[in-house]
Amino acid sequence: MILTLVEKDLEGAAVDVSLEALTFAAQLSAEGGGVPVDAVVVDGIGDELRKELAAYGVRHVYVVGGEAVAAYSGAGWASAILSVREQSKAVVVMAAGTDRGNELMAHVAARAGVAMAANVLTFHGLAPFTVTRQVVGGAALEEMTLDQRPAVFTVAGHAVEARAAETPGPADVVEVSPEIAAKDLVARVVSVDQVESDESGGLKSAKVVVGAGRGAGGPDGFKDILELTDLLGAALGVSRVVTAAGWRPHHEQVGQTGSRISPDLYIPCGISGAIQHWAGCSSAKHILAINTDPEAPMVTRATYAVIGDLHEVVPAINEEIRRRRS
Amino acid sequence: MADVLVCIKRVPDSSSQVVLTDDAQAVDGRYAGFTMSPHEECAVELAVQITGATGGEAAVLTLGDAEAVEQLRSALAVGASAATLVETDASKLGPADVAREIASVVRAHEADGTGHDLVLLGNDAADSGDFQVGIRLAYELGRPVVNGAKVVTVEGDTVTAKVDGPEGVETYQVPLPAVVTIREGGVEPRYPSVPGRMKAKKVAIEERTLSAEPSGPKRVKLTLPPPVPSNVQILGEGAAAAPAVVDLFEELGVLR
Repeated sequence: MILTLVEKDLEGAAVDVSLEALTFAAQLSAEGGGVPVDAVVVDGIGDELRKELAAYGVRHVYVVGGEAVAAYSGAGWASAILSVREQSKAVVVMAAGTDRGNELMAHVAARAGVAMAANVLTFHGLAPFTVTRQVVGGAALEEMTLDQRPAVFTVAGHAVEARAAETPGPADVVEVSPEIAAKDLVARVVSVDQVESDESGGLKSAKVVVGAGRGAGGPDGFKDILELTDLLGAALGVSRVVTAAGWRPHHEQVGQTGSRISPDLYIPCGISGAIQHWAGCSSAKHILAINTDPEAPMVTRATYAVIGDLHEVVPAINEEIRRRRS
Repeated sequence: MADVLVCIKRVPDSSSQVVLTDDAQAVDGRYAGFTMSPHEECAVELAVQITGATGGEAAVLTLGDAEAVEQLRSALAVGASAATLVETDASKLGPADVAREIASVVRAHEADGTGHDLVLLGNDAADSGDFQVGIRLAYELGRPVVNGAKVVTVEGDTVTAKVDGPEGVETYQVPLPAVVTIREGGVEPRYPSVPGRMKAKKVAIEERTLSAEPSGPKRVKLTLPPPVPSNVQILGEGAAAAPAVVDLFEELGVLR
């Protein structure tokens, strides 16, 4: 059996990357001759989500409930996932490569005494089970064997395209309330403050992101870029150079140590495209780079580019947008 | 008073092209240069702030080759007061090996009377990206762990950590001793002062060797993703490109 953790958004729907993880699980299942795919959901499930999991071919949905899992704790939730693993006899335990997915799978692997592979892109062969995963923020790949049981890993964002199964599954709900030891609840969320998270929340889900890097030149170099952001109803994302210099706050950072974005259009202005930054923006559907250097990695990897200084190009774009609107 | 240990890693600088070693087991940083993982720069800053506020000692630890002393000294230069090097080829260790070795040093220091109430690590290393060493360490030591915190403070025997979670900023409060892994962004790492650098040069680095034979990473090999041929469509140069850009916006339907 393959057990996949499904994470929910604030409305109780499956997050996109969890659907990608289920698609990856279905591919693994097909390779393994139709091994059933089960899902584990923590703290409740709505009818919509259950139907969606059915469409993705899920056999059983283990819904972990009880007071012990109502607030998040890495050790507590992992303990519950391992109880489900016992019940489902899973030989694979997997999740999407989100912050939480990576954290929980690390707990699961440490508790089970097995290896864990973070951010897997593909698998090759089942005996031994070998995977390829992203390292160095996706700039290099690591081939790794997962020869222990359970095989524990997370699936990198956009490793596969989420696709419903050809044959829907029953998605039978199995309610479980496993016993969780007090020591696993010591590091537990005591409160959630929803105000500040909106700052980068908009960036992560924005359809258009305007980026700014070293080319902005200083803390006062963002006026035109902010105007373009406004004209397009976009979010602003900046490179690490910009936040490290203190020109803009860290929550606007896109990159390996900032937000990972996947907009329809990303417009990096004056960003060279170092690994650190590319790791955060490579999932953008279209990239329009504005840069003085035609050889900059951001330009050569972009879909479209304008060669020039952002301080000349961006005001001209803003002017053109205003002209067409009037 | 809280004594804090920060575990850091010497990694290739991520601002340049990635080159692999001949045996395809590691990233070759010889051309790019080396640095400390960015999350860990923030962990060092937090340790200095916490020990400054509580009157404890901040120590740093790395597992790596002799050259990793450079990263230990940069942590000493910004306020850490003791440093330990476990000399080894880090590419031959898996995450479970690293966690076991850190635990071994923490226990040895405890036995010496120089224990650490709080161990800080980066959330993930900039090169190997395993996302698990801190969590494995917590199980080795039997301590609670908070993962991915941006802000960490200590008051009495309680550590408060703030994490950007899926629903907002989550607050954890755990008793010491504890383990916390750090994500960049909550604090700004300070620059070393000249006296700081001078002082750092004089600190004796404690040298240790591996406590056990490593079981190794489960790595077969590293590869570089195939180069994607550039398909960039140049829309123009300078301000003259503006109409073509706005045409593109209209075509993509992003003008509202």
